[in-house]
Amino acid sequence: MTIDENIAGLSNVLLYSAMTAYLGSMISYAADLADGGKEIRSATARREAAAAAGGAAVLTRTRPEAPPRRRRAAAVGTSLFVLATLLHLGSVVARGVSVHRVPWGNMYEFALTGTCVVAIAYLVAVVRAHRAGLGGGRDARYLGVFVTAPVLATLGIALRTFYVDAAQLVPALDSYWLIIHVFVAILATALSTIGFSAVVLQLVQERRESRRAAGGDVRGGAFMDALPRSVELERTAFRLQAVGFVMWTFTLIAGAVWAQVAWNRYWNWDSKEVWTFIIWVVYACYLHARSTRGWDGRRAAYLACLAFGCILFNYLVVNIFFPGLHSYAGV
Amino acid sequence: MATTDGTHLDDLRDGYRDGADGRPAGGAAPLAPLEFLRYCWRQLTSMRTALFLLMLLAVAAVPGSTFPQENNDPSGVATWRAEHPTAGPWVDRLQGFHVYSSVWFSAIYLLLFISLVGCVLPRARVHLAALRSRPPRTPARLSRLPEHAEAEVAAPPEQALEAARAALRRRRFRLDVHPETGGGSVAAERGHHRETGNLLFHLSLVGLLIAVAAGSLFSYSGQRLVTVGSGMVGTAGSWDSFSGGVWASADDVPPFALTLDGMDVAFEAQQTTQIGEPRQFAADVTLTDAPGQAPRRETIQVNHPAELDGTQISLSGNGYAPVLTYRDGSGAVVKSGPVPFLPQTGNYDSTGVVKLPDATDAAGQPVQVGLRGVFLPSATVDASGTPVSGFPDLANPLLIMVAFTGDLGLDDGVAQNVYELDDSRLTQVSDGQGRPFAIRLVPGQSVELPQGLGTVTFDSVERFASFDVRHTPGQREALVFALLAATGLILSLFVPRRRVWVRVRAVDGRPGVSRLEVAGLARGNDAGLREEVDGLLAAVQAATPAPPVGDDGGSQHVDMTTGRTPGEGS
Ligand code: HEM
Repeated sequence: MTIDENIAGLSNVLLYSAMTAYLGSMISYAADLADGGKEIRSATARREAAAAAGGAAVLTRTRPEAPPRRRRAAAVGTSLFVLATLLHLGSVVARGVSVHRVPWGNMYEFALTGTCVVAIAYLVAVVRAHRAGLGGGRDARYLGVFVTAPVLATLGIALRTFYVDAAQLVPALDSYWLIIHVFVAILATALSTIGFSAVVLQLVQERRESRRAAGGDVRGGAFMDALPRSVELERTAFRLQAVGFVMWTFTLIAGAVWAQVAWNRYWNWDSKEVWTFIIWVVYACYLHARSTRGWDGRRAAYLACLAFGCILFNYLVVNIFFPGLHSYAGV
Repeated sequence: MATTDGTHLDDLRDGYRDGADGRPAGGAAPLAPLEFLRYCWRQLTSMRTALFLLMLLAVAAVPGSTFPQENNDPSGVATWRAEHPTAGPWVDRLQGFHVYSSVWFSAIYLLLFISLVGCVLPRARVHLAALRSRPPRTPARLSRLPEHAEAEVAAPPEQALEAARAALRRRRFRLDVHPETGGGSVAAERGHHRETGNLLFHLSLVGLLIAVAAGSLFSYSGQRLVTVGSGMVGTAGSWDSFSGGVWASADDVPPFALTLDGMDVAFEAQQTTQIGEPRQFAADVTLTDAPGQAPRRETIQVNHPAELDGTQISLSGNGYAPVLTYRDGSGAVVKSGPVPFLPQTGNYDSTGVVKLPDATDAAGQPVQVGLRGVFLPSATVDASGTPVSGFPDLANPLLIMVAFTGDLGLDDGVAQNVYELDDSRLTQVSDGQGRPFAIRLVPGQSVELPQGLGTVTFDSVERFASFDVRHTPGQREALVFALLAATGLILSLFVPRRRVWVRVRAVDGRPGVSRLEVAGLARGNDAGLREEVDGLLAAVQAATPAPPVGDDGGSQHVDMTTGRTPGEGS
């Protein structure tokens, strides 16, 4: 089967356009966070003034609680994000069409498709949060910057270092298990990436909260005040990691089934398998720690960070420097 | 965390948290032996130890990816040992070349699984009892629970209570109705299968471990290289290498027979950036399952093994076997046939040896001759002038070898690697000027060796295939347990465990109107609890008419008013 070079070129043009749109989206989201920080501060000041003036607690309140502020910059950010995701999706599809197969046969394609899944997952989160109720911490757009930034960084690295021209698969990868196993791995990586963003925010927020509680002064990062409280961030992070963990579980299972077909044994302790196993165990540690007294909260969050570090290691170091059966064609 | 009436909240939140039924986590070890054992057991089965062992397992798995492992890269191990003469013995002593069967790695996972069983079985007993228990009674002050909403409906308390009961039933809650003076309450609970899922997950991991362990006892694998036109049989003596579990041997291999009829190999030749990438490897074979059975034709490809009564035959490698004929000094044909050369690079620069222990030289004296060299399927020269292969397919085949005479060492009784020549007792054959005699042949050419050692003819090139014959029992069981574990995991992570209470009271002075309170409590973090409480309230309101606007116009009696205590959640 021949490779359609024109469509492969189109895929690249679409990707560059998508990256431009992501960049615009990131800037708008950043502007929104900066605004939000200021606004929340003044609102807090107003509320504190009202409380000082002797406002009594009301047992029965009518909803909606407070009119959400208009966030024009966030709206622009989301529009650009949708545009970028569509272009990105186009790029993924074009890549697949040009090579007549699923577009995840080498590291470049894995990054291309993986970031697209991250983008779509983020949009799903935004829509779901919007449905669940407007305003306050339930708006997922606060994650925008923390999604666009890693997506852009990943695409940049992938284009610079992993790019390979569109090509057919080597026989070892030519299996429908590739479609299943690698796609689940992409989903898992994507969810873990967003989950990691949420964990980092949670840790930063928690530090700010505890410093404030201790009467300390929190300087810089006013935008953090626009984000939900650390408890809420922890919950979001947990839900993402939990779904991610299930995906890692299926990655392991599908990988084992494929290994049985391809290498005649379902588990080889090949270096890539070892690291996927390590990632899985570290995430299990995180989930366990959440229910272990003395380990929940900050320590569990560190474990989630460690797990994400293992994912990066697996993708960037193990793929390239460790010998093993899992070598991708042309990196 | 909101303060509440006490027992229920703590019961729900903390009773489960540690997996430890309220026992102290630390403390000094008591001295009495039995007490001490009990103390150790408790420590081992605590959540904290489980966490520690899990982390240890992750760390212990790392060295297996940094050092080559005997089980999948024996030649890498040999190279590593040779390159690190001081560190090598230490890594050996620490079992670093077979990490996953090492004493310390096994100790970690065995302890982990003992801890798991010790932790999960008592929990299973508690859970079985919980499955039969009734929902806990309605707390006195619902407004103190983390989720709380209230409203008024135009229905007498009995009717409103019935509506609430029906709505809870529809949402598949387990429930109890408690009549109270001037109204009543419903206590409801759902999501027991969160815990069922957790137990299923952990126990399935035990099952998985057993399936894998049992499988490895009975599993075997044999490797054999076959050139096109020849074959192999499943009998004990026919393997290049064979390894089996404790309860498996070469006699367990089914008595099959296989002939390699042809090899279909293709490499990328057009697309410039991918030149030489493999595109197709397929071995056409004739397979007879057992003596006397009808032979069948199969194509074994990468990702498409052949099945043989629970045993798989897969294609694990391929390469070239130059067909050589050697006539010794007396003119007799000592050897004629394909000699496999093992590929060393992506372009199939291949190395191989020929051992000729039974030759006679021109003077009629017995002599041993050895040949060693490289085969290049598409010969070219690299920048430094060294001959290399520039493409993996057969575009310009070239065979380059040197010859030795002396003692091949085949009579020592020590098993030798057929792909290596031990030149410690051999002397290299040189040309007239004292330089090593070089053999350079293309197919069809012959060369005469000096010193009357005979002639070598390169007739043609055949291909070979390496087959991996492997039996891994317990795979189906392992898969079943893995899928059960995944199911349990999904239940345990995503089934919300909730308790909900509804209280209905008549409103003083307004007959036919009831005040409805709904409150909820979740185990762990549960973002859907608020929707559950609000949805339940809405369902009851939908099933009963809205109350008339209060005649006294009091501001408390706002239609569809929803109450919520500040500070939801913990
Ligand atoms: C093979 C090693 C183990 C793995 C991979 C593992 C994995 C997990 C995972 C992923 C969870 C989160 C899912 C959930 O919340 O239900 C979990 C929960 C749990 N595990 Fe394990 N576990 C292991 C061993 C153990 C051991 C040894 C114990 C007992 C000491 C244990 C006790 C628990 C408990 C009590 C929970 C529930 C926590 C809660 O209520 O939220 N596990 N485990």
